[in-house]
Parts: sequence; C-alpha cells; structure tokens
Amino acid sequence: MKEPAITPEIIARHGITPEEYQRIRGILGRDPNFTELGIFSVMWSEHCSYKNSRPELKKFPVTGERILVKAGEENAGVLDVGDGWAVAFKIESHNHPSAIEPFQGAATGVGGIIRDIFTMGARPVFLLDSLRFGPVDKNAPGAAANRHLLSGVVSGIAHYGNCIGVPTVGGETWFDETYSGNPLVNVFCLGVLRHDQIARGAAKGVGNPVFYVGAETGRDGLAGAAFASRELTEESKEDRPAVQVGDPFREKLLLEACLELLASGCVAGIQDMGAAGLTCSTCETASRGGNGIDVDLDSVPKREEGMTPYEILLSESQERMLVIVNKGQEGNVREIFEKWDLPYAQIGRVTDDGIMRIRAGDRVVAEIPASSLTDQAPVYHREAAPWIAPAPLDIANVPVADNSEALLRLLSHPTLASKRWIWDQYDHMVRNGAVVGPGSDAAVFLERECGKLLAASVDGNGLITSLDPREGGRRCVAEAARNLACSGAVPLGATDNLNFGNPHKPEIFRQLRDAVEGLAEACRVFGTPVTGGNVSLYNENPSGPIDPTPVIAMVGLVEDEAHVTRQSFRGQGDDIWLLGERAAGLDGSQFLLIVHGRKEGRPPQTDLAAEVALHSALRDAIRAGLVRSAHDCAEGGIAVALAESCISGPALVGAEVGLPDDGGRDDESLFHEAPGRILVSSAPEHRAALEKHFAGRGIPARHLGTTGGDALVIRLRGTDYHWPLGRLHRAWDKSLGILMDTVAEPLAAH
Amino acid sequence: MRFAVLRFPGSNCDQDCLRTLRDSFGEKAESVWHKDTSLRGFDTIIVPGGFSYGDYLRCGAIARYSPVMRAVAEEAARGTPVLGICNGFQILCEAGLLPGALVRNRGLHFICRQVHLLLENDTSLFTRAGHTGQVLRIPVAHGEGCYFADEATLRRLEDGNRVAFRYCDAHGEVTAENNPNGSLRNIAGILNESGNVLGMMPHPERACEERLGSTDGRIVFESLLGSALAATR
Repeated sequence: MKEPAITPEIIARHGITPEEYQRIRGILGRDPNFTELGIFSVMWSEHCSYKNSRPELKKFPVTGERILVKAGEENAGVLDVGDGWAVAFKIESHNHPSAIEPFQGAATGVGGIIRDIFTMGARPVFLLDSLRFGPVDKNAPGAAANRHLLSGVVSGIAHYGNCIGVPTVGGETWFDETYSGNPLVNVFCLGVLRHDQIARGAAKGVGNPVFYVGAETGRDGLAGAAFASRELTEESKEDRPAVQVGDPFREKLLLEACLELLASGCVAGIQDMGAAGLTCSTCETASRGGNGIDVDLDSVPKREEGMTPYEILLSESQERMLVIVNKGQEGNVREIFEKWDLPYAQIGRVTDDGIMRIRAGDRVVAEIPASSLTDQAPVYHREAAPWIAPAPLDIANVPVADNSEALLRLLSHPTLASKRWIWDQYDHMVRNGAVVGPGSDAAVFLERECGKLLAASVDGNGLITSLDPREGGRRCVAEAARNLACSGAVPLGATDNLNFGNPHKPEIFRQLRDAVEGLAEACRVFGTPVTGGNVSLYNENPSGPIDPTPVIAMVGLVEDEAHVTRQSFRGQGDDIWLLGERAAGLDGSQFLLIVHGRKEGRPPQTDLAAEVALHSALRDAIRAGLVRSAHDCAEGGIAVALAESCISGPALVGAEVGLPDDGGRDDESLFHEAPGRILVSSAPEHRAALEKHFAGRGIPARHLGTTGGDALVIRLRGTDYHWPLGRLHRAWDKSLGILMDTVAEPLAAH
Repeated sequence: MRFAVLRFPGSNCDQDCLRTLRDSFGEKAESVWHKDTSLRGFDTIIVPGGFSYGDYLRCGAIARYSPVMRAVAEEAARGTPVLGICNGFQILCEAGLLPGALVRNRGLHFICRQVHLLLENDTSLFTRAGHTGQVLRIPVAHGEGCYFADEATLRRLEDGNRVAFRYCDAHGEVTAENNPNGSLRNIAGILNESGNVLGMMPHPERACEERLGSTDGRIVFESLLGSALAATR
C-alpha cells in the first residue's frame, strides 16, 4: 500500500508545527515518511511529551525518604510503606474521550490507570475518581446532555472497575457550567507490592526477545493521544473512532497473567500500551534502557485485515502490554499466557544501536533514534499573562438571603449533596478492605496482604483556582492533607492531575504556572512528594476554557486501626469543637455561587504552616483517644460541615451549637469557607484533656455545643436556626438520585 | 473442614472467600481452577462472585461449560454442600442446579450496598446457626440480581420451604421498597430440592468482621461448619 506524500497540509493535520518539522528533519537527516510522521506526532503531543507543561512540572518536589521510584522515571511512582512493602499509585485523566463517548471514555480511563499500576509489578487494590460535569438540575441549560455524560461516565467506571474487581472506595464530584460539554474524568489507582517486586519499563539486555501480550490490535483509538491534545469542537464527535472500547474481562486476565509472569522472574522490562500504543511502549522502553529496539509488525496479533504500519503503530487498542523477557525464558510466557487464554507473540528484540526500527516483513517502515522521541521532544516556555488579583467581594452588595432555606439549598445542590447515587453503582466492597468507604473525608483501606491501613483522598477546587490559581493549588493540597488527618492518617505522597485549557493562551498558561507553584509549595510544606501525575490541557468547549482545575490525590497511612476516624457524629451528648482560626467573608464560596449565582471575590489564603500544626495536633489527639469524629470544614462552610456530621452516619444524630459573633453577618458565619478548620466531636469526660491538648499545641479550639436531639440547632447573634434532621437528610441524601433517575431521558442515539 | 473455592477467568471474590474462611474461621480453603475436573475430597464447594468470562453473554452462561462444573454437579448429586454467591448463584442457575434465573436489576444500575435479609428457613445446612425470622445485614453488589422464575417454580420453592432469604426492611417486613433489584417475591437466596445447594445474591463473605460493618454473614459459614460437626457425630 502506498503511503501519502508529506505535504504541509498533512504535517499540519498531525498537529506538527513547521518548526517541529524542521527539528524532525534535523534528527533524521532526511524527510520522515508518513509512518514516521505519525510516530513523531503522537510522541510529541502534549499527552505523551508534556512539551507545554514540563518546565512547570519540574517545580514539584519529587524526592523524599520513602520514594522508591521517582516521578517521571516509570509509569507510576512507588513509595515505601514499611516492612518491605510499597505502594504504586497515580491519577490519570480521560476527559476528551469521555466528552465524546462517556461510557467507553471513562471505562478505558479506568483500564489505563489500572495497567499503569500493574505494569509496576503492583496488584491494584483500589480506585478513587474525581469528576466534573456541567449542571444537571432540571432547568439548567444543557442539563439533558450533562445528565447523559454523568450517567455514562459513572456506568463506564462501574463497568470496568466492578468487572475487574478493583473497588472504587472514594472520590469527589462537582457540577458547574464551566464543565458543560467538557467533563473531567480523573481516575486514581493504588497498588501494593513488595520492594523487590518493582518492575521496570526498560528494554534491558541486548538480544532479549520482545513480546506482545494481551488483546489483538485493531483500528480503534487511532492516535488518541494526539486527539487528547486538541480543543473540543463541534466536529469532535467525528473523532469517535479515536475513542477506544474497553474490555475489563481481558484486562483482568492480563493483570493476573502479568503478575504471574513477573513473579516467575523472567521479565527484563515491561510497559503497558496506553496512549500511542505500540509506538510509545517500544520507543520509551528502548530509550529508558539506553538501547534500541527492532520490531516486526507482521508478528503483531491483529484483529483486522489489511492494517497499515501507520495504523498498527498508532492504534490505541486496549488491554495490551509489551514485555521484554530474559533470553532463554521465553517458555514462561507461553505457559502463562496459554493458561489465561491470552494472545501473545514474539515481535522483536532489543538491539544496541539506540534505534527504534520497525519492519513489516522484509521492509523497514520506520527508523528513528528512540531517545529523539522521548528525551528530545520539544519543550515550550509559554507566555504567561500578568496576574491581576481579583477584587475582594463587597459584602454590602450581597443581598441577605433566607439562611435556613440556604442550608437546604446547599445540601441539595449536586456538588454538596450525597453522592450515594454514584457510589452505589461502584463495587466499593470487593477485596474486603474498605474500612472507611465512600462518603467520609478520606477512604481508609485495609490491604490484607501487607496488613497496612492505607488512606487516600482526592481533592480539587476549580472555583477557587479560577479566582486565584496559586491559592487553588495550595488549597487542594491542604484539603487533601486535612482529609487524611481527619481520618487519622499521616500523609506520605501525592499525585496530581492538571486539568486546564489551551496553554497557547497566555491567560491559561498563567493559571497553569501559578496553580503548579501553589501545589508545589504546599506539597513541600506537607512533606508529600509528587510521585507523578497527568496533564490534560485543551479542556475547552465552543463557549470557552474550563475553570482551571488541578486535582490532587494524596495517600497516607493509618498506624493503628484504633485511629481510624470518620466524619459523622457517633452518639448523643458528645462535645462539638471547632479547631482552627476564625475567618469571615464569602469570597469564592459555594454559598455565593449556589445561592447568589456569583463566582467572585478574593478567596481567603491557606496558611500552610498553621495547617501542618493543626493536622499534626489533630492526629495526636486521635492517637490519644480524645476524638470521636473529625470532619473538614470545606465547601459550604461550618453549617454544611455540621449538617454532614449529623446526617452522614449510619444513624442520624442531632446537634445544638452556638457560633461566636464574628462581627459580620449571619451568612458569613454560617457559610464562609476559610481553610484550616476542622469540626471534631469528643466524649464529655475528655473535655479538659482535649482543651489542654490543643491549647498546648497553640491550636484554637472552641467548644461549640453538644450532639443530641432530632434537629440541628445553630444559635447565632440571638437567632436560633433550627433544621429537623429528617429535612436535612432528605435534601442531602436523595437529591442527586431524584435528578438522575426521575428526569433521566433515554441515552442519546449514537 | 476442607473448602474448595472455584476460580473462573473473571472471578473476583474468590480471594475474599479464601481469606475469610482461613482468617475468620481458621478453616482449610483451596482455590480450584475452572479447568480442573475433580472436586473429590472437599467438604464444601463455594462458587464465588465476580464476572466470569466478563459476563458479556448472560451472567454465568459461559462459566457453566467450564470443566469444573461437571464435577460440581457430581458432588451436588452426592450431597456435598455447594454455596453459590452472586455470580456463583447465577452460574448455578445457568447450570440447572438451581431453578430460575437472575436478570438485570429493576433500576438498571449496578447496586452495591448493605441490605436487610429475612432468614426464612433455619433448618438448612447453610442457615441452621440462625433462626427463622432473624433479620441479617449483608451487602449486595450486582447488576443482574433480579430473581425470576415462573409461577409454578415460585410456588414449588415456597411450598418446599426453599426460600432461604428475602430482602426486607430493618424490622423484617418484606416490602417492595426494600427490594433492591426487583426480585420476584423479594427472593435473595434459594435452596435446591435436596437442600444441599444454596444460591444467594448477597455476599456473606463481606459480612464476617465488625470492621466491615456487619458480622451477620458468619451465620452462613457457621451453619456449614456446624453441619459438618453434626455429620461427624
């Protein structure tokens, strides 16, 4: 088959700039052929090369005494958790595919991140997800389409995660018009392994055979990496072939077979075929191993007849791996993959010349220095627009609302309401480890093989980040760390997902730069190195870019099962305390957005040093047995936090509290969202000990009241706000389900 | 007691069953590969949950053809207790060892949550450690758990005291509101005619430890262990 000639149009269609094309000519010493152009286009896409974000990513702290595999070295970072055990974890986005085909887009996102984890030699043990959608309320513009996306994404995650048997134990979901038509689907996976089981994605050992294992290659998902690196347009639906189709059953078999193969000791290197498929896995392993690789496409198991080298190399068919096997141990591959009824084929070998050489039978179809595709990808220092601090909110211009009604509105808003409709669809119980499952501050998972209690939380706040990107970065790291502290865990490390618009726009690039600096600063202060992550740029739809949405997933360790703490009140007669500084203002709050429809103000700044002291004092109080429940005061302020502690447990528990007069308005006292505050309950006999503990640590601890009764009562400046628990619970527990199940429409035709 | 826990391609809950039997009950439990052809020497056979063969056809429709299922049928005929949980229940129905079928949940969604079960028969090998009328909290996790059978079959099940569990509320009331998946007559678990095969959609192996929110699932395993003791006496 004759390949198309290289024309400026063909080059442009591959997303390659004229300057980049000259760079390719320089590397090859000639013009690339069509196949080679395709290879460069996917490897130099943002998705694979991070060419627009790499200088920013270098700002993250990546070292620490627990780090066993550093960010960027491999498919996922690996952290020591003690006693010879380690965890491999990472978060990854599948935003663009999910916008086009939500079910398969989300499903293959789960498949991809799970492969990243078992590629490291780790057994995947749990998932978290961080999702963003446009409004799904009855009368919101675009609600029907957004509900279709939400419903498709959730069932896609459920389909893949449930079938493969990896529980989804937590996550977060926000709704805002900025994500209409461009949903965010970020999935986190954590796996467990012993230190000596860490597998490497390097083509080691010249002459070693290269195996292809897993599903056959088809034409699905052609050049998805390049697709993910463009803005979504009205025509994007025509890109549907760029979305892959997931097969969780195949991946379950592949997972078991690969772990068996790794345990057999025959593997010299292993890499999953994710974005950019065979191309990426071959050139990356060769480049990491400092070697070359020689592959014959005729040997690749294929699903379709007549595929061209270009198609085979750029296909993103799912559930495939590349394995480099120690010479002489090829029999292990045969034995294990036949047991699991999976295709496998020897497709090439490791060479010593540093060249990625692709053949189709006798014909060489591509010949490129492997490292030129990875280490020598272009790097751009984009232009950043100057930072203009947002004007503080003038509270006098905010009309006084009915605060009683406002709390019910907040609790029933999909962003703050119970996400039970979502997590009921996920098998969060398989593996019998979810000691704290979905719906508390952080998930706590007992991994039985290593006997460790692992905690994890995923957090992002696009609203705060849109107003103040640097604070948005700091805020989400501090919130994740606070959630871990509330669960009784010590944070160990983090993984980031950067969801932004088109970085060629100076305004967007400034958001990216500032948010990364905020994230990096906070991760440094908390001592949680970033072990890797994902960058998703070009998140724009025809009406503009999304609010910048960095997301952090943080992993921690609970030392003793007795320290596991939940957000819900445990019984009548307990003391309720607020830890942390008081603050005022409604800038950047969910109250201002949901009740008044306004995204504005100058968000209160996170005091990182105060956060560290607060978290550590809380953990020590938990260790001393002084704490019955702990809940982060975040979106919706203290009123929402109190309500959640009353209604999110196995039984409803009332509370009667008095809030201090801060000199502001009632709505500020109830709903302001200053970071660094935690709601704690404790047994009355521990009152003195608790007071003394926090006073000794210099942490403000204010006794607000007592649990009990059948209502939440808040006394504030002479007003008694009174909400019966049943009303709060109905508003919070059922609203998302009612929206989704009673106004759901049939799925749009494909 | 020696338990066999079957492993099909796509089984997910086999490890949880093995671990629960070993760690919570101190029993011997072995994984048996679906291509094995004999189950001789095992005291109880567990067909665990998961997505055998991806459940891409009907749930359990392919697994029933695995070589090990012939051995399961033989052992069931000899009176060996066989417990099918979730996908295991679906497989036993497909294999004809239990009547009826499990179809798509009424609400069309996968459902994972704690539910209440009414124990209706405390004389079976699987339930004798409990008492009739007892309310158990045991979680479900399935997309196709709606029990379906024709009227005559339902009557035979009920007349023969073969409904082991029904979905109910916290007080044991069998109501439509507490039927998570639309199962006919709220059926959550059934016995075969000779009482040595139980299929149930809820997961007793997920309810054997306080830290997981319930220990009510222990009744199923304690009944089996008690039965073995009774048999040796």
